[in-house]
Amino acid sequence: MITVSRTIKAIKESSAVEVVAQCLERIEGSNNNAIIKVTRDEAINAARKLNSHPGPLAGVPIAIKDNISTKGMETTCGSRILSGYVPPYDAHVIERLKAAGAIIVGKANMDEFAMGTSTETSYYGPTLNPWNPECVPGGSSGGSAATVAAGEVPLALGSDTGGSVRCPASYCGVVGLKPTYGVISRYGLISYANSLEQIGPIASNVEDMTLLFNVIAGHDPRDSTSVPREKDYTNALVNDVKGLKIGVPKEYFGEGTDPHVERSVWDAVHTLESLGASWKEVEMPHTKYALAAYYVIAMSEASSNLARFDGMRYGLRLEKDHDWHTTYSEIRAAGFGEEVKRRILLGTYALSAGYMDKYYLKALKVRTLVKQDFERALNDTDVLIAPTMPTPAFKLGEKIRDPLTLYLADVNTVPINLAGVPSISLPCGFSDGLPIGLQIMGRHFDEETIIRTAYTFEQNTDFHTKTSEVA
Amino acid sequence: MITTKDVEHMGWLSRLKIEEEKLEGYAGQLNSVLDYFGQLDEVDTEGVEPTYHVLEMNNVFREDVITECLTQALAIGNAPKTQDGFFKAPRII
Repeated sequence: MITVSRTIKAIKESSAVEVVAQCLERIEGSNNNAIIKVTRDEAINAARKLNSHPGPLAGVPIAIKDNISTKGMETTCGSRILSGYVPPYDAHVIERLKAAGAIIVGKANMDEFAMGTSTETSYYGPTLNPWNPECVPGGSSGGSAATVAAGEVPLALGSDTGGSVRCPASYCGVVGLKPTYGVISRYGLISYANSLEQIGPIASNVEDMTLLFNVIAGHDPRDSTSVPREKDYTNALVNDVKGLKIGVPKEYFGEGTDPHVERSVWDAVHTLESLGASWKEVEMPHTKYALAAYYVIAMSEASSNLARFDGMRYGLRLEKDHDWHTTYSEIRAAGFGEEVKRRILLGTYALSAGYMDKYYLKALKVRTLVKQDFERALNDTDVLIAPTMPTPAFKLGEKIRDPLTLYLADVNTVPINLAGVPSISLPCGFSDGLPIGLQIMGRHFDEETIIRTAYTFEQNTDFHTKTSEVA
Repeated sequence: MITTKDVEHMGWLSRLKIEEEKLEGYAGQLNSVLDYFGQLDEVDTEGVEPTYHVLEMNNVFREDVITECLTQALAIGNAPKTQDGFFKAPRII
């Protein structure tokens, strides 16, 4: 995999144009379908204009998940309904990346509207896992994680509504962060479930992930949930966990957890213990209800958010118009894929008269209990450690036919979004050649402690240095 | 229990035309997910407040000043059908 420091060294030795051109060649020569739109001309032009740009990411190539608006670059959310849509403005994170000198080399594949755990629901075809092309890369930010894991780009942006950064980071053996809700502006992120989602950085190691996070985090008045907190997160890159108190929630090692995953995660806890941390088991009794609550809330918000896609102002429009309702219904039927339709239908049901209290309001109350579980568990611990995913990556086609089976894979990632706390996934082992992800969760706005824990683990192990033979 | 008629009705409410032959399949899938959601009934939520926003922020204000915005040409630039600088929608009745 490629690091930011090696990329910056290569730029100094040759030029940003040269480095960006090599990156574009790697992407264009790849057959993993991680990047669905290569922005070659824009990238080369931007690299030419850099000169002696002082930004921390000057000339560094980055891939952007295709639900983040990029001015002048097609942004489809992996959906037919937005094919051909070219945003007239940049998302806040894109403005920040450009100011830092980063070069956007392509838009990354994703589950349609970020609804999925495998990147198989994209209208533009599935992305293949760089460690085994018969396996899924995870989702929904599968393209972002796969392109980093394949050594095509050093950095990528994803978004995480219920695990969509951490799941593919885990399955592809890279590092991904779901920040505290509100730390990164969602302005320009095409919404799926606004109360849950955050944009998140993906890289091949903790230091690079933190460099990227540092660039994109910050207040933006255009997102009313954005929190005014400016920090230098690179100060947390400290190789020291002496005195750190770790909580291990046993509910995160439930039925169906792969024994290799369980062993690797415990090995990681013991590694941190040997470096001066202490650990104890903690109880988070509402974890088993988090998945149902998450899906009720996410689908309800989705049914409302996706009402805007009607073919009038952007996106797919069918040749022939009928009356208003028929025209809308036919455009949306033709433009959305099966999973998106299921979630809109279920969300509509959960919000409809007679069912709203039973499903939506009940789920919001369970959300409160899940959040309180985190507050209690983190009351006398600094971080919580668990598997990101219960198993390594599964085979393409294995779970896509049964929606509920696929939802169950998200059991360890969705509670974090319900509670709004930050969480990192980083590699901690392998099972039959497939990476295993370690999940480190923290208190609201305490990204520093989970970054320090992840950095210390990485500095004292070598999982992050392994690369896939396929890639 | 969701019936094919319910699926059709949800499709109507959400402006999604569902083909006749797909109604049964959707009903089956939606029912299995709703069955799973049913486990929420086990949780005692007596006296528990709902969480709409994890950070409990409210009334976020900004200065009411005019800032730059999209031009009309840019705003309609992505519209598949336009007329005289406007979005063109289908007839309403």
